Amino acid sequence: MVRDLIFEIGVEEIPAAYMPKALEDFKNNALESLNKARLHYEEVKSLGTPRRLTLYVKGLRERQEDAVIESRGPKKAAAFDQEGRPTRALEGFARSQNINVEDIEVREVNGVEYVFAVKTEKGRETSEVLPSLLYELVKAFSFPKSMRWGGYSFRFARPIRWLLALYGEEKIVFNLENITSSNYTYGHRFLSPGRLEVKNAGDYFKVLENNYVIIDQERRKELIWQQIEKVASELGGRPLKDEDLLDEINYLVEYPTAFAGSFSSSYLEVPKEVLTTTMIENQRYVPVFDREGRLMPVFIGVRNGTGEFIDIVRAGNERVLKARLEDALFFWKEDLKQPLDKMAEKLGHILFHERLGSVMDKVKRITNIALFIGEKYRLSHGEKIRRAAYLCKADLVSNMVYEFPELQGIMGRYYALNHGEDEEVSQAIFEHYLPRFAGDELPGTETGTVLSLAEKIDNLTGFFAMGIKPSGSQDPYALRRQAMGIVNIVLDKGIKMDLYAVLEKAYQEVLPFRPERGKEETREEVLEFILQRMRGIMLEEGISYDVVDAVLACPSGDLVDIMNRAQILKDFRGDALFTPLMTVFNRCYNLSKKWESPEVDTDVLQDETEKVLYLKYEEVKDEVERAIDKGDYRMALVRIAGLQSYVDDFFNAVMVMVEDEKLKAARLGILKSIVKLCNKIADFSKIVE
Amino acid sequence: MNFQEIILRLQNYWGKQGCIIQQPYDVEKGAGTMNPATFLRALGPEPFNVAYVEPSRRPTDGRYGENPNRLQHYYQYQVILKPSPDNVIDLYIDSLRDLGIKPEEHDIRLVEDNWESPTLGAWGLGWEIWLDGMEVTQFTYFQQCGGYDCNPVCAEITYGLERIAMFIQNKESVFDIEWVDGITYADVHHQGEVDYSYYNFEYADIDTLMTMFNLCEKEAIRIAEKNLVLPAYDYVLKCSHLFNLLDARGAISVTERMSYILRVRNLARMVAGEYLKQRRRLGYPLIKDEKLRQELLAREEV
Repeated sequence: MVRDLIFEIGVEEIPAAYMPKALEDFKNNALESLNKARLHYEEVKSLGTPRRLTLYVKGLRERQEDAVIESRGPKKAAAFDQEGRPTRALEGFARSQNINVEDIEVREVNGVEYVFAVKTEKGRETSEVLPSLLYELVKAFSFPKSMRWGGYSFRFARPIRWLLALYGEEKIVFNLENITSSNYTYGHRFLSPGRLEVKNAGDYFKVLENNYVIIDQERRKELIWQQIEKVASELGGRPLKDEDLLDEINYLVEYPTAFAGSFSSSYLEVPKEVLTTTMIENQRYVPVFDREGRLMPVFIGVRNGTGEFIDIVRAGNERVLKARLEDALFFWKEDLKQPLDKMAEKLGHILFHERLGSVMDKVKRITNIALFIGEKYRLSHGEKIRRAAYLCKADLVSNMVYEFPELQGIMGRYYALNHGEDEEVSQAIFEHYLPRFAGDELPGTETGTVLSLAEKIDNLTGFFAMGIKPSGSQDPYALRRQAMGIVNIVLDKGIKMDLYAVLEKAYQEVLPFRPERGKEETREEVLEFILQRMRGIMLEEGISYDVVDAVLACPSGDLVDIMNRAQILKDFRGDALFTPLMTVFNRCYNLSKKWESPEVDTDVLQDETEKVLYLKYEEVKDEVERAIDKGDYRMALVRIAGLQSYVDDFFNAVMVMVEDEKLKAARLGILKSIVKLCNKIADFSKIVE
Repeated sequence: MNFQEIILRLQNYWGKQGCIIQQPYDVEKGAGTMNPATFLRALGPEPFNVAYVEPSRRPTDGRYGENPNRLQHYYQYQVILKPSPDNVIDLYIDSLRDLGIKPEEHDIRLVEDNWESPTLGAWGLGWEIWLDGMEVTQFTYFQQCGGYDCNPVCAEITYGLERIAMFIQNKESVFDIEWVDGITYADVHHQGEVDYSYYNFEYADIDTLMTMFNLCEKEAIRIAEKNLVLPAYDYVLKCSHLFNLLDARGAISVTERMSYILRVRNLARMVAGEYLKQRRRLGYPLIKDEKLRQELLAREEV
């Protein structure tokens, strides 16, 4: 027989951001404990609103499955004496297992016979198992921040105020601090005062629905979006679809009602990013755009409640937004009063990091690194780079960015354009922060590209040089994201940049700040850190592990080159010449593994095949190097594969490991030379054939 | 409902809930939390329920009386319930009803907001309470104070009195709030906003303030060492306010900022520690359950 289980943890409003993970954990923890307790079920779901976390187990069997418990005792030889009578050891074991000696079974384990106590543990009633199981589930939650309340010692995201546990019609009763679980729940905080009795698990959803709670987060979210779309279309516009915002709204309400509000179009003179940020970040409103994609002077809010008295709610929200926009307009006008380069002068007062000086110091470092990259790799122009670098952080002293830090770069671009800065310079100010998150746009202009690289390389070098590195989940300066940004930009733009040289330049720039770590160490660590991201990107591109390992085993500061090698090697796998290539490499590699020198004394060579092989090698070497210079790794691989017949002839004709040390050295030298040539492309010993 | 009626109603409401109705503390401070009735009483095992108006100063928020929503001097209504009762949110919502705000007719939301005061070494978890999108109250369960764990935990309810008044009276500027018949908030406070903005941003003498900061810090340490908790705490408050003034005056660079905060936090921590010892020496007189009192006194001796 089965029944449904409803377990609701009633709480004071849990932070919206905690909810998705909390619900996922709730379900997974429940699955794990039910399985462990041998309780069978049809389905497990977790549901939630800001005020409740609910577990719904459909078709939960009324009894645990019986368990067969086998315990191993002493060896058979020790359990019975020569006459086959039980020894003391066996009697003791049987006693400890609480079974009769006659019921002992003998089984073989790895060729040795042991006695076993095999018992069947009768499954218990589910309703007996549930109290402690549910209690443990409450304890198992973990939140980014948890708290205590009143005089209790239990910790949770916010105080727990009630527990409802119903197994069919049966209450599952247990205590948590001062709370005893029962069959009572609560509806919407204001629309349904007082506690509500739930007669059986099946009624739960209906009781909540009747009391203004939509418990199913998916359904609620869908409903919110439908309402928003409807309100937007009535306004003649389209709502901004921002998943994060929608998720947050979803976990701020139990019973959503979307409503429209408006603000004076005079505020539209403020940049739209400022308006939408105010709406989204401060008020959790959804901005609306017209058919031409222009921001409309309206917003959509979502109330926690019904449409009753919605005009009062609208008026209140409009007033709040107006005050906020008034502030924004004030900041915008104030900021426009001073040109961006005047703001830049103040950056000396803002600390970048206690070990790495002020933002002004940082700007100087970025300028020099960017100029170096620009000049060396012929990107943008010195003048533009210098100007953009000088201005790129200036908006940090503006009123607007002080109020809305996430608008850094965006405001800088507006202020620059407003004061007649060059178009590309202005754009580069915005672009030097790109990409800001995974999947974000990359810089479009050359100046922006150079500046963005310089910004990220300075961050990585600066922090690594001071011994500040990400570890585990700790990455306060988002260095992983920045390394990823470097890789994405370099690959996307195909910039043939030597990171060794750029990192050396960046380290020089950090030198006046007295780094903790030496140049070589810092450079190696940063490069390795960047190559780690590179590795991830190559795997995502569908390049197999062994090819990635093979290519990265021959490191380079040129990410484009690394990618190129990997792609070509990946494709070459399907080529008819792949087997000959691997034969050449493997035969040479296997014998010369422990040999260091590629030196070949041609005078001691005796056999025709070895002379020919060496000759051919030298020919091929030149061709391979020319091909590599052109980035034509396919040609290089083809040429190496072409050595196969000569290698085979060589091995058929001669013994490498001969007594004559000089001859042996020369022969190993040939093999080593070929291996080294291969290694210019990849370490083929990592390839899994 | 005029401004003073709002205050009177809150006093009356929380008085009926068993709160001591205390009065503002007579040293400048940034928030009601810094009143010893909160900062110190939140510490230790003794229960304490208190409510009071707190005039609060935030020098950097001055706008020469020109911004309708920002003030460098404003009022908080502060409630401390220790330990936090199980129905604390209902109690708060009922206080809004008492102010004539019917929750059913509005949209009241509890939105995550984690409070932290680096200068006080205090933090807690809770919410901003939104009334039709406007933040009208800060609600916090104190977890630590002066670097010490709060046990039991108190609930701190901080009403923004001006915002609530603007809401109730439907005003767009704080200065238009009706304080009492025919007298507005501007009549009472506008010139103060102007004068203090000039002082805070332009005329405060940096050297004098720095000297005062150093003197107050020294005095706080000297007195705390003599176990005179409240007088020492007064000087901590003075340090905190002087720091805020220096900050508004733009006299503190980013690098120095952290070190000033740490100096104030160390003082706050020291005083908090002294307070805890003092209450213990006094035998936790506010614990009326004799058995519990003895237990607590015995437990901590170990």
